[in-house]
Amino acid sequence: MFSIIEKEILSSTITKYVIKAPFIARKRKAGNFIMLRVVENGERIPITIVDSDVSAGTITIIVQAIGKTTKLLATKQVGDAILDVVGPLGMPTPIENHGAVVCIGGGVGTAEVFPIARALKDAGNTIYSIVGARSKDLIILEKEMAALSKESFVTTDDGSYGRKGIVTDPLKDLLDTNKDIHAVYAIGPLPMMKAVSNLTKKYGTKTLVSLNAIMVDGTGMCGGCRVSIGGQMKFACVDGPEFDAHLVDFDELIMRNRTYVDLEKISEERCKLLELADVAGVGR
Amino acid sequence: MNNVNPMKPSERMKLTRQASIEQTPEDRNKNFLEVSSGLDEERALIEAKRCLECKNPVCIEGCPVTIDIRTFIQLILQKDYIGAVNKIREANYLPAICGRVCPQESQCEIVCTLGKKHDPVAIGKLERFVADYELAHNLFVAPVITEHRDQKVAIVGSGPAGLTCAAELAKLGYKVTIFEALHAVGGVLRYGIPEFRLPRTILDLETDRIKSLGVEIYPNFVIGRTATVDELFNEWGFGAIFLGTGAGTPTFMGIPGESLSGVYSANEYLTRINLMKAYQFPDSDTPIKVGKEIAVIGGGNTAMDAVRTSLRLGAKKAYLIYRRSRKEMPAREEEVHHAEEEGVEFVMLTNPIRIIGDANGWVTGIECQKMELGEPDESGRRKPIPVKGSEYVIPVQTVIEAVGQKPNPIIQSTTSGLEVSKRSTVVVNDIQLTSREGIFAGGDLTRGGATVILAMRDGKIAAENIHKYLLSKLDGKGNIDHIESTVQEQKLQ
Repeated sequence: MFSIIEKEILSSTITKYVIKAPFIARKRKAGNFIMLRVVENGERIPITIVDSDVSAGTITIIVQAIGKTTKLLATKQVGDAILDVVGPLGMPTPIENHGAVVCIGGGVGTAEVFPIARALKDAGNTIYSIVGARSKDLIILEKEMAALSKESFVTTDDGSYGRKGIVTDPLKDLLDTNKDIHAVYAIGPLPMMKAVSNLTKKYGTKTLVSLNAIMVDGTGMCGGCRVSIGGQMKFACVDGPEFDAHLVDFDELIMRNRTYVDLEKISEERCKLLELADVAGVGR
Repeated sequence: MNNVNPMKPSERMKLTRQASIEQTPEDRNKNFLEVSSGLDEERALIEAKRCLECKNPVCIEGCPVTIDIRTFIQLILQKDYIGAVNKIREANYLPAICGRVCPQESQCEIVCTLGKKHDPVAIGKLERFVADYELAHNLFVAPVITEHRDQKVAIVGSGPAGLTCAAELAKLGYKVTIFEALHAVGGVLRYGIPEFRLPRTILDLETDRIKSLGVEIYPNFVIGRTATVDELFNEWGFGAIFLGTGAGTPTFMGIPGESLSGVYSANEYLTRINLMKAYQFPDSDTPIKVGKEIAVIGGGNTAMDAVRTSLRLGAKKAYLIYRRSRKEMPAREEEVHHAEEEGVEFVMLTNPIRIIGDANGWVTGIECQKMELGEPDESGRRKPIPVKGSEYVIPVQTVIEAVGQKPNPIIQSTTSGLEVSKRSTVVVNDIQLTSREGIFAGGDLTRGGATVILAMRDGKIAAENIHKYLLSKLDGKGNIDHIESTVQEQKLQ
């Protein structure tokens, strides 16, 4: 069993969990993910590992409660256990010294880009960071990102915080003014990563994105996470999850990720009903 | 044992082969309950009487794990069903599973002497009968392990190869630990084979029996990721390792349209349903989408499982598209027969060339091309050749590709010195030893896609040779060159 050691609410829907998982903690590198399943009959979902502490035997994840499994996870408290956690999975992020890099996090994607930014900084890079979200409420790790950056920017779609607009606005400024930027790491919703990719393509700046494809096992067994990279079929779970953004067929992945939208709603409705039943003290 | 059946051979030959009790096709294609409930005691006793008790029981040679078939049938005749199942268990620790999924018709039963002129003895059904009898009457008793050994063996993968290897080594007194990547034990028996062929209660029971031998199981543990093979030797102190990670990586045909929503590998499709219980959605959380019209591509057992599952999930039309003719299909005849009975439409000598989708990226049809059979190819089967101008579209909303699997490369790519073939299988010699000392392997990982029983055979042979290997590592006083485990304190509990 994988006990929750710490739980911290970062925003109305985003929560940080520190989980006891000593074997995974030993092996985890930036960019790795875990598959988790909260309860029996639950779904297996991929979640990026944000941090690990080998001596404490823990890993840290930051999760936005947007579907049934993540909402169920949010009901778990310190001392509770997560039924299944397996990892570290996926290829680690290639960390090299590019000179200067831009690290972009969109929404909960900031949690995923943060450990990469830290590793890139440790490798000698100058970091510029952009943290974006729909609204102020969904901005996370702003201070942490700023602390390791030479310059940092915040954008919100609705202008409720930072600069009004999307992450590509400050990115364009950065690329126009800093010729020493040789790489961009962007993690967030697919439309955001697509927009970043389209922009950096014009500048010829190497760009890495992390693809959140649908997965069942996370170990290369189902092929559900297949993505088209430069016209080649790749499995996000074992060949990725990070890929050269300029080779990714974003539109295809956006469509594939809609496969279960209607069923996910049914699942979520159920989750709400269960929560209500819980509040009303009705046994499950 | 001398002959125990007083009937003359001619009398035995007059008895007809007993049929299993089955759900009707109309009922069963709507539920996930087991298709067949096997033989009852009365039928089993008649069937056992058919055995000629040959002096030279060739059936035993036909069995990949050399079960003493003659003796276990004689024990049935004496109504010693528990004696019979224990006789089987001497050679095969998963009798209830093998009695269900083994292709007996091409192994023990094909060589049965009675089968030369009549139907062969239904050996598989008898195996299942005694296993189910023991189960129903709760009469299982774990064997007593007389000798305990200090050496530890790691088994990677809890499919049929790994479970068998673990059971054999545990019986010999070794400390055995199984590492399983998924959250549940059983490998392909769990994620691949559907409930209606192998109920999960049976699988759970058989795996529990292996645990009762003292075998320790770590689920959620990916060797190559959570720990490497070298760490299992150097840090955990295992003396030998058996790799039985199967052939879990799906292959795709490489035709246009495979990225559309509604296209599945058979692996994903069956894993969602069998492992994740998507057929119980929304009571289980994993979803699945099955159209009113579906097509499965392929002619193996996996294809049969996928197409029969689709009917059970409400498909009104279920096509099985195969590029050769029915005769060349690699699936078990029983599975083909069951699929046909349940209403699967066989589209033979047909090759898909493109999957067609709508503007939202959903499958709407599959374009196919008619084939004709030419000269035999390297596999000895007649090679299908496309018929020009024969293209046509079958309207479907779901396409499931069951065109083969290959081994998952995680272990091979993280273990130095392990020889891998061009087909991505791990190379072993006749004692299941890999190119590295102390590392043995078997099952689909080395075969690239075979049967449960051949995987079990490999696991068994590997266990015998791991035993020899570990004995050779002892000095004259019986001491091992001991490696203290440095990771025990980090155990998950």
